[in-house]
Amino acid sequence: MHLNDDERAMLDGRDGPAVQRAMDLLVRYGEALGAERLVDTNNVCGTVGATMPFLRDYAVKHGGLDAVFSEFNLDSPDVVTVPKAKAFSSHLQQGLDPEHAQRQNVSSEIVKLYRAGEAYTARLGIQPLNTCAPYQVGNVPVKGEHCAWMESSAVIYINGVLGARTNAEGRESAGAAMLTGKIPYWGLHLDENRGATHRVELDIDVRSVQDWGLLGYYVGELVQDRIPLIDGVRHAPSLPKLKHFGAAAASSGGVEMYHVTGFTPEAPTAAAALRGARPLETIRYGAAERRLAYERVNTTGKHTQVDFVMLGCPHYSIEQIWEACQLLEGQRISANTELWIFTPKATKQLADQAGYTKLIEDAGGVLMTDTCSAIGRVMPQGTRVAAVDSAKQAHYLPAIMGIEAWFGSTAECIQAAITGRWSGGLA
Amino acid sequence: MNIATTDQQNQRAAVTDNTTRDATSASAPDRIVLRGRKVVGGVAEGEALVTHERISGWGGIDPRSGTIIETRHPLRGQSFANKVLVFPGAKGSSGWSSQFHIARLAGCAPAAMLFNEMTTKIALGAVVTHAPALTGFDVDPLGVIETGDWVKVDAERGIVEVIKRRRGEAPRAR
Repeated sequence: MHLNDDERAMLDGRDGPAVQRAMDLLVRYGEALGAERLVDTNNVCGTVGATMPFLRDYAVKHGGLDAVFSEFNLDSPDVVTVPKAKAFSSHLQQGLDPEHAQRQNVSSEIVKLYRAGEAYTARLGIQPLNTCAPYQVGNVPVKGEHCAWMESSAVIYINGVLGARTNAEGRESAGAAMLTGKIPYWGLHLDENRGATHRVELDIDVRSVQDWGLLGYYVGELVQDRIPLIDGVRHAPSLPKLKHFGAAAASSGGVEMYHVTGFTPEAPTAAAALRGARPLETIRYGAAERRLAYERVNTTGKHTQVDFVMLGCPHYSIEQIWEACQLLEGQRISANTELWIFTPKATKQLADQAGYTKLIEDAGGVLMTDTCSAIGRVMPQGTRVAAVDSAKQAHYLPAIMGIEAWFGSTAECIQAAITGRWSGGLA
Repeated sequence: MNIATTDQQNQRAAVTDNTTRDATSASAPDRIVLRGRKVVGGVAEGEALVTHERISGWGGIDPRSGTIIETRHPLRGQSFANKVLVFPGAKGSSGWSSQFHIARLAGCAPAAMLFNEMTTKIALGAVVTHAPALTGFDVDPLGVIETGDWVKVDAERGIVEVIKRRRGEAPRAR
């Protein structure tokens, strides 16, 4: 891989051992990819937290958070002192909500580690957005901006919806990018790799958030990590709809980029999105495919008594909190069920101000921040059956926590919270 | 972004050291040699664990035992620890690398990784796993390697030697 003089100097140790380790990792990673060079980036989203059990133990045994950063963010064989981030960097989800630790069955010891991590990210100059959806709280890259983001649902959002350029980075490459402002120039950073490979023609109207999630789940499984073009959308989508589409497609497959003819920035027309090429395959999506996706997402749901309703995967926007509050106003959730809604801390501040946090609490639910059930492995004790409005969460939560999960609309989930039973179904 | 693998998948013939070149025929060879591109250097050998489905890292494996946990995955419940993992590629969360990174520290990483589709997830995951890894093969490993075969990987030279497990023979002990 070609390095310019500045990159070579970093590799030679000009900027200290941590930057040297970061550059060494980027070189190993770039060569593994077959990248020809690196590209500058000033927008990195990653994670440096150490609240999950394995990393907690690692921090204790090996000397704290610089040791965790050295191993898990730089793949360094030795512990280096980590300097301030060179690139503008944001923190993704954390492992818990410190304000609701007790309800999440998180001990005060772990909250202390969270606080230590908070101080550590501040020392490194990393923005504590603490969300899987940084684009909802002010980090909105523009078309053509080279980024180095982790978090599959955010990666697909900024590529597909915003036209920014990032591959799905990992914890280590994002860490190295924070310290160097560099990332391999490969994959979705290059024009020629952003064109659609598969064409999806809609035979039915895809309109609700739930329907966009089902479409994403179906398409992701078929195209895996290729680039679908969705053709025939009759009603303009919105942030929550495209967010759920992308999160689902990135879970059932590995989609990192997509186009919607007439709605996403690199798809003014189908021909433009295909960049003159013929699609490898044309996929039709109709009522039968929608039903198949619904059945697949609902693979684990068996028992109708619901213990736990989890909303906010990806983290809810203020619009979604507003919608949920309209469904919850004047209601009281079942004594046998808990309702947790996850959102970024900055959005919760708005919800506090707007009275939504209190409305949710008055109904018996809780608005939480920083984490989610799958990332933090946090659920009410004894949960056996959950209800979610996210195909992504329905995909991951049963595998991670060994529970059943029902997937449905937000209204069905809130109904389940109120009655304690799942009565959802495909209309 | 991903390297097309259709040509590789269409290839069935393998370079072998005995009379037949058709790995799938009744008189399948005992030994097959594949050549690929180094992703991570090193030399290792072990029993093959083969899947034709892509693997999810975060939410798809338990890194502390190397076990596949994804609900509908064909390898669900099986561990890749110290095996030569043969698979199409990575999918799912960008936590892929960190999960395989933890598997390495927990002593449950694969002995080597052979895969077809290059993505950032698999590239970074392979790099931080530190196990020898190869891609871009002359012959699709998914077409010629079966679970239980003994596989020797020399990533420095880009060579994979497959010793076929005979029908009815127990997997070789390590």
